[in-house]
Amino acid sequence: MWRFIAVRTLQAIPVILTVITVTFFLVRAAPGGPFSSEKAVSDQVKAALEEQYRLDLPAYEQYFAYMVDLFRGDFGPSFNFPSRSVNELIFQGLPITLELGLYAMLIAVLIGVVAGVCAALKPNTLQDYIPMSLSMIGICMPSFLLGPVLVLVFGIWLDWVPISGWGNSAGDKLLPSITLGAMYAAYIARLSRSGMLEVLSQDYLRTARAKGLPEYIVIIKHALRGGLLPVVAYIGPAFAGLLSGSFVVETVFQIPGLGRFYVQAAFNRDYTMILGTTVFLASLIVVFNLLSDILSAWINPRLRYQFRK
Amino acid sequence: MILNRMKWTIAFLSLVLIGCGGGSEERRVEVGAREGVLHFGNGTEVQGLDPHIVTGVPEHHIVTALFEGLTSKNPYTLESEPAAAKSWDISEDGLTYTFNLREDGRWTNGDPVTAEDFRWSFERALTPALGNQNNYMLFPIANAEAFANGEIDDFKQVGAKVIDQTTLQVTLRTPTPYFLQLLDHYIAYPVHRNTVEAFGSYTDRISQWAREGNIVTNGAFELIEWQVNSHIRVEKNLSYWDAENIKLNAIVYYPTENLVTEERMFRDGQLHRTNEVPLDKVSVYLADDPDRIVIAPYLGTYYYMINTTRKPFDDVRVRKALVMSIDRELLNETVLEGIMDPSYALVPPGTLGYQPPKIFAYDPDQAKALLAEAGFPNGEGFPVFELLYNTQENHRKIAIAIQQMWQANLGISVSLLNQEWRVYLNSQENQNYDISRRGWIGDYVDPNTFLDMYITDGGNNKTGFSNQRYDQLVLGEAPTKLNQDERFALYYEAETILMEEVPIIPIYTYQTKSLRDPSFKGAPSNIMDHYNWKYVYLEASE
Repeated sequence: MWRFIAVRTLQAIPVILTVITVTFFLVRAAPGGPFSSEKAVSDQVKAALEEQYRLDLPAYEQYFAYMVDLFRGDFGPSFNFPSRSVNELIFQGLPITLELGLYAMLIAVLIGVVAGVCAALKPNTLQDYIPMSLSMIGICMPSFLLGPVLVLVFGIWLDWVPISGWGNSAGDKLLPSITLGAMYAAYIARLSRSGMLEVLSQDYLRTARAKGLPEYIVIIKHALRGGLLPVVAYIGPAFAGLLSGSFVVETVFQIPGLGRFYVQAAFNRDYTMILGTTVFLASLIVVFNLLSDILSAWINPRLRYQFRK
Repeated sequence: MILNRMKWTIAFLSLVLIGCGGGSEERRVEVGAREGVLHFGNGTEVQGLDPHIVTGVPEHHIVTALFEGLTSKNPYTLESEPAAAKSWDISEDGLTYTFNLREDGRWTNGDPVTAEDFRWSFERALTPALGNQNNYMLFPIANAEAFANGEIDDFKQVGAKVIDQTTLQVTLRTPTPYFLQLLDHYIAYPVHRNTVEAFGSYTDRISQWAREGNIVTNGAFELIEWQVNSHIRVEKNLSYWDAENIKLNAIVYYPTENLVTEERMFRDGQLHRTNEVPLDKVSVYLADDPDRIVIAPYLGTYYYMINTTRKPFDDVRVRKALVMSIDRELLNETVLEGIMDPSYALVPPGTLGYQPPKIFAYDPDQAKALLAEAGFPNGEGFPVFELLYNTQENHRKIAIAIQQMWQANLGISVSLLNQEWRVYLNSQENQNYDISRRGWIGDYVDPNTFLDMYITDGGNNKTGFSNQRYDQLVLGEAPTKLNQDERFALYYEAETILMEEVPIIPIYTYQTKSLRDPSFKGAPSNIMDHYNWKYVYLEASE
């Protein structure tokens, strides 16, 4: 097991280094810089701006200077918000995005697993068709559509919940979490249905029933453990996806999370902020994948045996 | 059993759903109106609050609340009013301005606001190392341009002199009738020297001085809270010299970059004023709720630039044909919901009373004849060219309509090219386009802010247009005229030249669109979309 973790961790380092290097040169290759504007500025002003942000140095010097700062844990100052550092902005947005992602994940797992198991228990009946059709809609419906629809129905027509903000008024976290979680709930429902269907036909379940166990113990203790394997493997990447993909929901609901910083940075050519958020999210994705592999290995003994040798 | 559990879970979830609903509480705008707290949709998140670094309109809305220049503007008339200066004298030749500062002007830390504060702030704003993108606004001051371009190092040679603690003398290089207006731009606002220098060099852009807790200001409001991408809250500054006349207790600015979300926030009673209105909602509001939508002329022109260095656009007949074959009235009624003003010249009509020339009209027959004269009868042999615009739905709709008009009236085909904002700016800067969309919003209310763009090799020209007489009128003759009518006659002559040469295709004059709660008062529409926050108040409805 430790060997497994060690190997996977070592594999992550070149991945992240590549991400940093490629992003660093790619953002500089994109046409239009952080200081291009509609109004012409004089050469003196342009030179001063470039000097303040080290853009006057050759690219490789900028790169090494950036790497040195990075190893000290310093993402540098933001180009777009001169009074703030990238670290500060990331750590301002991160807790909000994490919280949003966590709620969305809870909703996704709760609804998804219940619906999927429900469907798998009585395949090809209404109890199967209804949740599966709903989940198909959930997969097809993008969050920039679902969000406004939920807002319209629950926020404006019914006036039950606030339609924007995060933590400013009671209940304003509900709609964004549901919007973000819906698509993942749909995937999880389908994954857990197929996982459960496969497991339910296995011999060991027949054995379990044959030895007289009550049905709910058979399902919860024996079937779920095997049937939810695909879901567990999916949760890690899904959570990373939730974090890096929350910008649509953050924009629709005016949430000051990391996703919005990420997108704004790209539009503003805020080089340090693009790099900072990309590197940060890439690391998160690597870590979550690692965690989900470890979790799968823990649940599924077959994987563990492979690494014993 | 499992099913039972599931039912419980579902029941629990729906309970949570319903339980979170607050029901019909008092809406934010109503609480705000009662407590004097204005909730203001402010477009994009501001880059910062340092008056000498920021560049945008959202920044303007906040910085004008926090700082105060020598003059301010009356929001009803846009006339300059006394602000940090209680009075001023202008010499007869229009070159020397003497400002008398008020004795009771105070910074939020208690320091008096002095003439030296202004002199030092002008120096900072113009110092090349700061990289101030707006520094050209101060160039009317004698030698300011030379100092900003590093040609002289000694600020003593620049025309800003401290006479005594409350007297500042400013000397101009040429008479500049709109100079008083410029002093209400953030470029001319004072900053507190000790505060700026406590957080680094005065030329550091990367500095924390202009943040909550650090910043020291002299305006009607002070910064209380700034949470990036969430809101900025400013509250009445009790040490302000005219605090008793500030009607609002606080303003909360929200970055509302998503127009659709902003409109929903307004409908949900979260904002007193929106920054924009989605174009497809305009007719809905005009029909159902005309009291809540405000559409007003804005000092800006939407137009296309023609790259006159490329063939066949170097031929003025071709350019005229393009200009005359666009039906602006039809475009306005169909694509633009009928709310914009079709435009036939560069300067918006009525800028300080100036009326631009109108020397052409929609005339497809004459356009066709001109094109034939240039060697392209019925558009035959006309090369396919590109129309560049930045990615946005409305720009695309307008471009498609114009593409069809040119095809139908002239028989020429244009392909549409959309680029992401920064890429588009890059293409314009390198003059790498055939025809490109452009919008220009005036920096101050005077035809000059539009016309000085098209001087030969001007930084904002980018069309290759060059005309000696035009340069002479705009740079040489007009600025020396102290009489406004004489000056405007010269601008009229210059703009006539511009529209005869047509390096640009005017399309429409901008209008500002915004949703406003009826309680939002003291903020009349004006062509600068300028708010003087001292005048603004909220009237709670019964």
